[in-house]
Amino acid sequence: MKLRQGQFSFLPDLTDDDIRVQAQYAIDKGWAVSVEYTDDPHPRNTYWEMWGHPMFDNPDAAAVVYEVNECRKEHGGKYIRVIAFDASPGWESVRMGFIVNRPATEPGFRVVRQEGEGRIIRYTVESYAVREPEGARYA
Amino acid sequence: MTDDTDPAATAPPTRVDLAAAFEESGVRDVLEELDRTLIGLKPVKARIRETAALLLVDKARRQMGLATETPTLHMSFTGNPGTGKTTVALKMADLLHRLGYVRKGHLVTVTRDDLVGQYIGHTAPKTKEVLKKAMGGVLFIDEAYYLYRPENERDYGQEAIEILLQVMENNRDDLVVILAGYADRMDRFFSSNPGFRSRIAHHIEFPDYDDAELLHIAERMLDQQNYRLDDDARRTMAEYIAARRGQSHFANARSVRNALDRARLRQANRLFNEARGPLDAETLSTITEPDLRASRVFRGGLDGTRASGQQAARQAEGTPP
Repeated sequence: MKLRQGQFSFLPDLTDDDIRVQAQYAIDKGWAVSVEYTDDPHPRNTYWEMWGHPMFDNPDAAAVVYEVNECRKEHGGKYIRVIAFDASPGWESVRMGFIVNRPATEPGFRVVRQEGEGRIIRYTVESYAVREPEGARYA
Repeated sequence: MTDDTDPAATAPPTRVDLAAAFEESGVRDVLEELDRTLIGLKPVKARIRETAALLLVDKARRQMGLATETPTLHMSFTGNPGTGKTTVALKMADLLHRLGYVRKGHLVTVTRDDLVGQYIGHTAPKTKEVLKKAMGGVLFIDEAYYLYRPENERDYGQEAIEILLQVMENNRDDLVVILAGYADRMDRFFSSNPGFRSRIAHHIEFPDYDDAELLHIAERMLDQQNYRLDDDARRTMAEYIAARRGQSHFANARSVRNALDRARLRQANRLFNEARGPLDAETLSTITEPDLRASRVFRGGLDGTRASGQQAARQAEGTPP
């Protein structure tokens, strides 16, 4: 099941050139672009692992594509996304976020039902991937 | 990510108008500005003109589908200190930007300290950080030969060189690297790093300025700050340049700039001490002969004053010279 999170996720996978154009848009708006990766695709997993620092002072998006490719070398079997922070409201707010790399196979999610008091059923989702320990997922 | 465009517009053109492309790209402005603002440097200007022509033709060829590869644009600027290498690098960044070979056209100036780390594992991230900052523009490495220190085989400079070479090759579309330094030491640097020599297409040599050019530069510098030399001062300045050239640490235009800075200091001092009553703009902006004449260059320079200082000290102690 293809993970549909963030921008452009219903489009075909972005090429390096597409990534560059999108990142350049963010840079031209004055947002700090950074690269993150994870192997836990739960939709509420907000904070992914950072790949290096946010790129505050790079005027050109070629640097972002370079970092994405460096990250792919190390974490090519995981999800990688590019996010753009806007600091102008006084707090760091994510303006853009899109997945640029995904594992070869994405097993998807299952529904978990929990029996509560008085026959209440609580529902949640769990990725099949996270049943493996960290580092062994998507291997 | 591409818009639907008329196929006729995207088909390669069958003929190009180089003159129109020249006008359109704004290259003429850069070349004219170069001629106007830089004094002397004839061979450098000629090389830049040739490079601009090559790039313009190459761009036209690419539009017609004749060439596909990005040409190698990395350069090396060799010359003595103060011959305008950084200034020309700035102009070159502008030129490449206007021709569309770099996307942003900014210049990032670095030296060894900005690239090479202090401990194991520090160099690679540091060099990459600088390279990322320079992407879309021009990376200017001043005194590049310091990167290579053959006397210390565990020097981290070698690591920076390897990363540089890799990025210069793989990210040719993203950034242009200009190495600068003194001619003889750069030659040694290139002969011990053959990878660099083969990746650099344009070697530009910066000749020293002659005395007349330096005087012209001095007047141009003063003019920019709304100062001027009176006739006596101009003659003194010419003498100063001739005398300074023979002394140690002569750095062409930089020596001239430093001399003028000190002359301005002396002028301010003189006005402050002598002035009785209001001064007009003319007086405030004129450098006179005494302001220049007070320089120690006329007393034999740094070496001369040191020698005479030692002599004076010996005489004071009563020892024979």
